[in-house]
Parts: sequence; C-alpha cells; structure tokens
Amino acid sequence: MKVTQLLASAAMALGLAASAAMAQDDPVKVGFIYVGPIGDFGWSHEHNIGRLAVEEHFGDAVETTYVESVPEGADAERVLTQMALSGHDLIFTTSFGYMDPTINVAQRFPNVKFEHATGYKTAENVAVYNARFYEGRAVIGHIAGKMTETNKIGYIGSYPIPEVIQGINAAYIHAKKANPDVQFSVVWAYSWFDPAKEADAANALIEQGVDVIMQHTDSTAPMTIAEDRGIVAFGQASDMANFGPNAQLTAIVDNWAPYYIERVQAVIDGTWESHSVWHGIAEGMVEITPISDRVPEDVRAEAEALSASIAAGEYHPFTGPLNRQDGTEWLAEGEVADDETLLGMNFYVEGLQGEIPQ
Amino acid sequence: MIRLIKRPTPSRFWTAATPVLAVLLTMIAGGLMFAALGKDPVAAIRTIFYDPLFDPNFASYSRPQLLVKAGPLILIAVGLSLGFRAGIWNIGAEGQYIIGALCGAAVGLAFYPAEGWYIFPLMVMAGALGGWAWAMIPAILKTRFNTNEILVSLLLVYVAQQLLAAMALGRMRNPQGGGFPGSRNLSQYPAASNPELIAGTGMHWGVVAAFIAVIAGYILLQRHMLGFQIRLSGQAPRAARFAGVNPARLVVFCLGVSGALAGLAGLFEVTGPAGQITIDFNSGYGFTAIIVAFLGRLHPVGILLAGLLMALTYIGGELAQFMLGIPSAAIQAFQGMLLFFLLAVDLLSNYRIQLGRPEVA
Repeated sequence: MKVTQLLASAAMALGLAASAAMAQDDPVKVGFIYVGPIGDFGWSHEHNIGRLAVEEHFGDAVETTYVESVPEGADAERVLTQMALSGHDLIFTTSFGYMDPTINVAQRFPNVKFEHATGYKTAENVAVYNARFYEGRAVIGHIAGKMTETNKIGYIGSYPIPEVIQGINAAYIHAKKANPDVQFSVVWAYSWFDPAKEADAANALIEQGVDVIMQHTDSTAPMTIAEDRGIVAFGQASDMANFGPNAQLTAIVDNWAPYYIERVQAVIDGTWESHSVWHGIAEGMVEITPISDRVPEDVRAEAEALSASIAAGEYHPFTGPLNRQDGTEWLAEGEVADDETLLGMNFYVEGLQGEIPQ
Repeated sequence: MIRLIKRPTPSRFWTAATPVLAVLLTMIAGGLMFAALGKDPVAAIRTIFYDPLFDPNFASYSRPQLLVKAGPLILIAVGLSLGFRAGIWNIGAEGQYIIGALCGAAVGLAFYPAEGWYIFPLMVMAGALGGWAWAMIPAILKTRFNTNEILVSLLLVYVAQQLLAAMALGRMRNPQGGGFPGSRNLSQYPAASNPELIAGTGMHWGVVAAFIAVIAGYILLQRHMLGFQIRLSGQAPRAARFAGVNPARLVVFCLGVSGALAGLAGLFEVTGPAGQITIDFNSGYGFTAIIVAFLGRLHPVGILLAGLLMALTYIGGELAQFMLGIPSAAIQAFQGMLLFFLLAVDLLSNYRIQLGRPEVA
C-alpha cells in the first residue's frame, strides 16, 4: 500500500515536473468547447472561425483543439476536466450553460486559464466575454419595421434568458419606432440548435401572417424556410446568405477572432488577467453584413446611420423614455439603461405581446 | 451459394461471442471511416478504447467518470429490459427520468435550507415515485383502453420536457440566481446532495443503485416466478396465458419498475453530477439506455458491460475529438456502428450458415 502510494506520488511529481518543463517551449495549447456542431453555420460556426483565425495568426506557436456538440451540464464538466488534464493552457467555453462547469473545473486547475462566453461568474482564472448583440438587433429591428407589409414580425427565441430578452426588446423598440403598427410574435424553441424545431417555428409564424423572421437560435433552418416561402429574414451569428440568397436582408455576425487572438497573445506574453468584457459594434465584435438590395436605399442609409451612431457611442439602443410591459416606468426621458439591468433583463418593454415563460 | 439454416435453439457459443465480434467489426469499420477522414485509424481506436482506461494523464480521472456516465444508463436499461423481455415497450424512460428528477428536486428544494439526515432518503423516494407515476400513465391507458404504450410513453417525453422547462424558469428557479433559469444547486446543499462516496472513485448513490439493480434484475429473471412469467410472455404469449399469467398485471409491473428506476436515475443525476434542474437537464440517457439494453441482450450482466462500453465510447470519443480533431458526428456514427454490427451478427447465434448446394429434401 505504502509503496504504491509512494510510486504514485513520485510518478505524479515527475509528470508535473515534465509538464512544467514542457510548458516552456511547447506551443500554447488552446481548447474550445462548442454547444452545437461547427457546421451549424451560426453560433458555434463563428466561434470555430475565431479558433481558425487564432491558428492562422500564431502558426506553430499555438495548438488549438475543440470538442463540438457538448451538452451543458455534467458532460461539459467532464470534457473541460479532460482538456485541462491534457495540458491546455487556455480554454474558451462558448455557451451560457457552461458557466458552472467552467467555474468548477477552474477551481481544480488554478494554472489553466478559462474564458467563458456570455456568463457572469468570474474567478482568478476565469474571464468572461460577451458581445452586445442587442446593438445589432436594434439595427435589424429598424429594417424589419420598415420592410414588413403585414406588420407582423416573427421572432424565434432559444431560451428566455436575459441575453435573448435583450435582443427581443431592442428589436421591438426600433421596429416600433420605424413602424408604430408593428407586432411581434415570439416562439421559444428551448434549444440553441434544433433545425427541425426551428423550421416548425418558422412555418408556424408564417401561417400566422408573419412576413419578416428574426431568430436567436443557431441553425440556418429559419432562413431556408424564409427563402422557400418567399419572405425575408435576418442571419444570426453568421452570414447566412448562402441559405437565403433572396431572403437574407442582412446578418448580425459575431466576430470573435480579434478577441481570441488578443487573449491568446496575453497568455503567450504572460499578461493574461481575468476580466469581464462586453464588446459591441464599436469594437467589431458585433458586425452587420452589407444590407441587401431588397431594402430601399433610404432604409439602408437609416440603418447604417443607426449602426454608426451606436458604434460612435452617440446613441444607446435602450434610451428612455421606456416603460416595462406592465406600464411601469423603466427609463425616464434621456436615461440610458445600465449594464447590470441589461445583464439580468427578465421583462418585456411596453407594447410587446405575450409573456416571458415563467 | 450461401444459405441460412435456423438453429433449433440459439447457439450458446455465438451468443457469448457475438458481442466481442461486433466490437471488433466496429473497430475495423470505424477505423476505415477514420482513415477516410484522414485520421490515423490506430490512434483513433486507441484514443477511444485505451486512453480513457490506461493513459497516465487521463485514466485516474476518466476511469471514475466511466462509472458516473454508465451509472444512469445501467440503472435505466435494467428496468427497460424487464419490459422488453415481456414484449412491453417503454420508450419513454427519458420522460420518467425527467419527472423523477423534478419530483426529487422539489422535495429537496422544499426543505431548503434545513439540515437533516432524512431529506435525501425522502428525495430518493420522491424520485422513484415520480418516475413510477409517469410510467403509470401509459400502463393504465394500456390496460384500461388498450392504447399503444410505445406511442404514449414516447409522447410523454415531450410533455415532461415542457414541464422541465416550466419548472426551471418558474417554480424551481433559484431566487438568488439573478433571474437566470435553473434551480438552486443541489450538489452544494449538503442535506440534498449525492456526493462521491469514496473520493476519486466516481461512486455515488446512483452507481450503487445501478449495481443493486443489476443483481436484483438477475435474481428476478433467473430465480423468481415473476421473472419466469416475464420471459414466458415475451417468448410465447399464448402459453403464458395458459400458464396463468395476468397480462395486465405484468404491464403495470414492468412499466412501473422501469419508470421507478428511470426516476431514480434522474434523481441521482440532479443531486450529483448535474447538480441542478436546468431547461435541458436531460441529456438523452433515457434513449441511450434503450440501446444499452439491447447491446446487453436484455440480460442484467450484459447490460452492466454494455453500459460501461457505451460510457467508454462517449468519454473516449470526447478525447478523440480534441486530441485528434475527429468530428463529433463521426463519433456518433461510430457508436451507431456498434449497435448495427451487434444486431447484424446476432444472425449467427440464431442461424447456421451453410455453404454449397442445398441438400435435396
């Protein structure tokens, strides 16, 4: 018993020494875990493009790995632990539901650095990063308000979490400004990636008379349906023009590459520190792709101006006067929403129909 | 010319040899697939089957994880195998798993933050009862109205999922969670948690329950009158009726036991490895367990081995993804091959292959 223990600890010490020595000249090992397949052509696809950009930028100095379609929960914790055990220096966990697993694993591996996307829990070795998707939603909301003829806009939500609710509110506020008669129908898919369910949702919305579709799910199915049924839609997370050459008016693209390169560089330089960042159009993390010719020129110009004013910091998509759905005041005239409220947003703004599932 | 001749009784040799043969064939076909993807097939097979067990970097962690992943699969599959043997098809273990977790978690959350030794046992009972009750719906509909239990139990999975989402967003939402969906973390609430019993082994109460279920299932099927009735009903329903088997009672028993075991699996998962009720807390254990039950030839010991093998392909598959860059779809195809080959070579235990001309009758 004693001998085996001794042997085990000796082996471990050797292993530790070896891995410490290896860390000096070996390439920096960067891991990614994705909630969907990299072929979703949406959320996970864009994170993977960010990973490939890291590989291209650093060449042999960096080795990247990934695991796709990892369920949020116990499985994620296991994958992260195995990544940490296999000598990764930096691990990006790219879905909201990886938050607790990331924190748990980070506690056990203080020397491994973690970056969690869209969460709110940080630690000494866990940084969080997120994009202000609502800025892009404001721009497409404006276009949607101008483009709808039936005044009905469909919105396919994933989960009723603050990030998604921000998007619905931002899109609604700006669609309403562009077209006071506009109405939103929100359908919840309860999945980030479920092409069949998303397609059903899109079809159901179209049956209800919706002629513009927005989505906060990761597959291209709603875009394909929109193309087939001859209505218009907006690409989510990634440019989906290939799936809806006529249907796509524009897309909100999540551009993670610059951030990933910056953070890997920080690890190489030894300057990595935990932080919490929330970047938007200004930093280039949220991009609006060139707007389709189907959109009249004046609307295009308005949308571009809106995007530019958000980027310049002159305009915040959540600027008062704004009321909550129940009619109580949220923001007074000229008041701007603070980040804390936005990050915990669990209410609709006035005018939106329906309830957030409780 | 190749002809198949049915054996009078299944070959004992091939019954034991086919699973091994199936694994070997999967390795060959899978290896070809990995090679076609431009990956080193030997390295891929080694990463999936060998590294989780013996690699010095991973083994100490992934061996216990094998039990954690296999535990719920085995627990559910043993229950399902009873019904499958009797020709009673409970396809809705996933739903029973969810309801078990919800009922158990509800009891635990109701006691929060009280401390007491009795809380966890109460939760276990609630979990089993929840799963049992959810399985009673197809059971009663079948015995009273002769509905099809396959459809009813399957469709109830979707009802259970909606209920899960409603609970995670509503009644069970963590009041201190900043508005985010998901319950309190039960694994951080000592009176309600299902921790690792011996550090570093992965053993938690759910794994213990799985082992007990294997033993109990074995005794029931081999040594007990009820087990005989179950086997008889599956093989010769008419003979079973003559032998005095009450089919309605058997339906209620088989669905009830499989529901209760699935509910237990859900409860042990939500209090242990998963930790909390979340919108997508269920990750397909109830469906994968159907594969495990058949992979284990509906035999408790076979299921034990099949559960461990399935868990190995999951854990090894994840390693293969990030160590060799094999896409997850290829891993799923690989798991599918395993089932395919197992069912295909099953032919050998039931049929004899004869080469040459047919004998003149």
